Amino acid sequence: MDLELLTRLQFAVTTLYHYLFVPLSISLSLITALLQTASLVGRPPFGRVADRERWARLSLLTGKLLMATFAVGVVTGLVQEFQFGLSWSSFARFYGDVFGPTLAIEGMLAFFLEATFLGLWWFGRDRLPRLLHLATIWVVAVGTTISAFVILAANSFMQNPVAYTVDETTGRARLGSFADLLTNPLNLAAFPHTLAGSLMAGGALVMAIGVWHLVRGAHPADSEEFAAFRALSRLGAWVTLVSGAATAATGDALGKVITQVQPMKMAAAEALYSSTTSAPFSIFAYAPPGSDRPTFSVEVPGLLSFLAKGSFTARVSGLQDLQDAYAAQFGPGDYTPWIPAAFWSFRLMIGVGMLAALVALVHLWLTRSGRPLAVDSKVASSVLWSVPVLPLLPMAANSFGWIFTETGRQPWLVFGLFKTADGVSPGLSAPEVVVSLVAFTVVYGALAWAWTALVLRLVRQGLPPLPAARPAGDPTDDAAARSADVAITY
Amino acid sequence: MPFDLDLPVLWFAVAVLAWVLFFVLEGFDFGVGFLAPLLGRTDAERGAVVRTVGPVWDGNEVWLVAAVGVTFAAFPDWYAALLSGLYLPMVAILLLLAARGVAIEFRGKQDSPRWHARCDAVLATSSVLLAAGWGAVLGVLVSGLAMAADGEVHSAGVLGGLGRSLEPLGQPGAVLGAVAGPLLAAVQGATFLGLRTSGVLRVRARRVAVAGAAAAAVGTAVAVVTSTQPVVALAAGLLAVAAVAAWTRHEALAFTASSLAVAAAVAGVFTAHLPVLLPTTLPGGADVALRTAAASEHVLQLISVAGVVVLPGVVAYQVFSYWVFRRRVASPRAVPAARPAPGAAAVSR
Ligand code: HDD
Ligand code: HEM
Ligand code: HEM
Repeated sequence: MDLELLTRLQFAVTTLYHYLFVPLSISLSLITALLQTASLVGRPPFGRVADRERWARLSLLTGKLLMATFAVGVVTGLVQEFQFGLSWSSFARFYGDVFGPTLAIEGMLAFFLEATFLGLWWFGRDRLPRLLHLATIWVVAVGTTISAFVILAANSFMQNPVAYTVDETTGRARLGSFADLLTNPLNLAAFPHTLAGSLMAGGALVMAIGVWHLVRGAHPADSEEFAAFRALSRLGAWVTLVSGAATAATGDALGKVITQVQPMKMAAAEALYSSTTSAPFSIFAYAPPGSDRPTFSVEVPGLLSFLAKGSFTARVSGLQDLQDAYAAQFGPGDYTPWIPAAFWSFRLMIGVGMLAALVALVHLWLTRSGRPLAVDSKVASSVLWSVPVLPLLPMAANSFGWIFTETGRQPWLVFGLFKTADGVSPGLSAPEVVVSLVAFTVVYGALAWAWTALVLRLVRQGLPPLPAARPAGDPTDDAAARSADVAITY
Repeated sequence: MPFDLDLPVLWFAVAVLAWVLFFVLEGFDFGVGFLAPLLGRTDAERGAVVRTVGPVWDGNEVWLVAAVGVTFAAFPDWYAALLSGLYLPMVAILLLLAARGVAIEFRGKQDSPRWHARCDAVLATSSVLLAAGWGAVLGVLVSGLAMAADGEVHSAGVLGGLGRSLEPLGQPGAVLGAVAGPLLAAVQGATFLGLRTSGVLRVRARRVAVAGAAAAAVGTAVAVVTSTQPVVALAAGLLAVAAVAAWTRHEALAFTASSLAVAAAVAGVFTAHLPVLLPTTLPGGADVALRTAAASEHVLQLISVAGVVVLPGVVAYQVFSYWVFRRRVASPRAVPAARPAPGAAAVSR
């Protein structure tokens, strides 16, 4: 394999991996904040003590999941921050003036906020007044969202460069207005979509945890555990369903912006070869190897025109016309991305993600108005088997969305300005990239194993008990424990 | 800018400050990481050692995020040359950091000795390798990289291309750094543990601190003979102070002196070739220089404004966070027996 391809593969592996955990951090911090808020709102005289405790115990569970996820997100994010210097140094020089400050400001604005307040929240439970303690988790939730917004602005620049000039002498991009960079029209469309997609991930995870406890049959239907996990599963299902609808709506809006700024990407997503009015959307298509047109496809007439332009009869540009137009504009070359990647990742994003929303809908229906999710043992065993797949659906949809976004931009690294092939570190050798690719894969595999093992154990342990109040005086006095001066908080 | 500030110089100072803070803060938590199995004989003792850095390691590591972010933002050429030239060592460091962070964070989330043992092993190995690796990288900053006229290190075909980014580690400066790193981290870690532990752990930590600081002071003193840099003498002096302070049980002073020694050494490394940031070792190659590597004036202004607006807030809530946990050392611990049911034993709160 050639150097450019290896480098792209390596970048894709580390970024996709970072982005498995990021949506979970974003959504779990929000869900935890919601649960903790409920535990305070449910306080007497506003609610029953039992409810208050239920929400508090659930927020402890999701909080632990958040802590574990956040740790992996942080260390893999750090890798991302180095990547642009490691393997894309020419790109870093070209784009440094735009990306550098964006990353630095994100660090100042969001990362310090997240790390500090997550620590305050986790370790400050019995040191901060209730409301202040609640505020800390909300700050974390807001911080992760700010992170996403700012970093997506950096990515949106690569999709649709705005707010820059190109320096005559150095040939490098120079940042114009930072406000314009942040409010890139593409970012304003991509951010809500990404946020909604992220919420689906955490929603599906907590829903799956709840469902697993319900169908496992370990908790009698009148137990507190059963009631709590039923509540958790329904909360997760609501989050998944509502954010699923939001993902579809925002995705539709995003598609229209993309059709304007990168028509080639949408044409590739549909494998639409010639410009067409009333363009159809194919659910499935097959093109024999070597041929450039599908021989078989299942189509919904007019739908692509609607997705792209908002009208069932609108004219959508085809790959061939766009290729000719780009060749005229940018000089001879191949400006068509790899069609199968764009075509299939787009469909899988939508299909797999919407499947999760559908499961959520079914779950809400089955447990409606107090129904306990009664399943007979045969059904239960098949449900149990499929539960672990549920949280993977939105995670996969998110990955497919990025694969679509990033491969669909090829051959550009910054659309219309800078080619991917020109970005690779000039001195880099292929063996170096191979070694690092293997090393990343192995270590990331181990991290994934550790994270999964930890999450499964936390889930199996069930509802965490509320922490006992701190003892006033501490009678015991063994050296090791006394030296563990932070034992109480960890 | 309202005041006529020399922004490239200002941001160089900020970058060095961020790197110094990172090395000082992670220095002690690297040390604690590999001292845990040496000082702690039982699972509980090792746990106690690791817990001293539990709440702080993440905050410490954000300084690396900040240092790299500032370096990228203010000096994109420096960022590009350094990282691509040190490709494999940097990848190794990143992977070790990843394994280490996860080991610390996951350790306390499970109450099984086997889980703890695994996490401790990963933590200790990665911590010592990280101290050595970062030491070597600092050594390379002093020796320089073989950057050609385009600012990049090119493959000379050694080891099928792998040699490109590994070779710099063979330079004497890098080897020296790789030895000094773990030694200094051990001194910092041990003096930190002297402050944060009690009983038998504190006694053992003190022994390590005295021996380590004395060895480091002697080693640095030897280096004074061969070096013209005043910071080397300063570091040697500070390490001697640390050794004496640890010996005479002035724990806070011992920790402060060893941390200042690290700060002086790191600042010395970064400023060794000014106005050159990273010298080339290749005849006809190009140095990375402060003026030419700086980002555009507009960007420097932007991050200055952002810094002025945001950083006071950052400082305020970080100080608030330390204030909230100020009583940790004195606060009573939870009685382990008070932890309920077996399933709940892992409730690591
Ligand atoms: C749970 C996840 C999920 C689900 C169910 C969907 N998406 Fe999505 N999509 C993403 C998660 C995602 C993402 C990972 O968040 C992406 C990658 C980059 C981005 O901005 O969002 C994305 C990108 C993305 C793009 C490309 C943006 C670009 O190139 O910058 C389009 C056009 C859509 N989506 C459209 C849709 C439509 C019409 C959907 C209909 C249901 C849909 N997505 C469901
Ligand atoms: C927001 C900041 C992001 C930036 C600045 C960014 C930048 C880049 C760069 C420099 C490349 C390598 C060159 C290329 O192949 O185009 C790339 C490729 C890629 N990125 Fe992104 N990326 C970002 C977010 C993401 C995320 C979150 C994901 C996935 C979860 C992702 C998935 C990919 C994939 C799959 C590729 C390989 C595409 C290909 O080579 O065909 N990206 N991106
Ligand atoms: C490829 C470009 C990217 C880079 C360079 C990058 C960088 C980083 C870094 C350095 C961290 C660790 C921060 C800390 O120490 O607290 C981090 C974490 C995080 N990143 Fe990324 N990131 C990238 C892509 C993304 C994208 C596309 C998103 C969201 C849409 C995102 C959202 C987050 C969030 C929410 C966190 C904190 C929570 C967590 O760790 O899971 N990042 N990122």
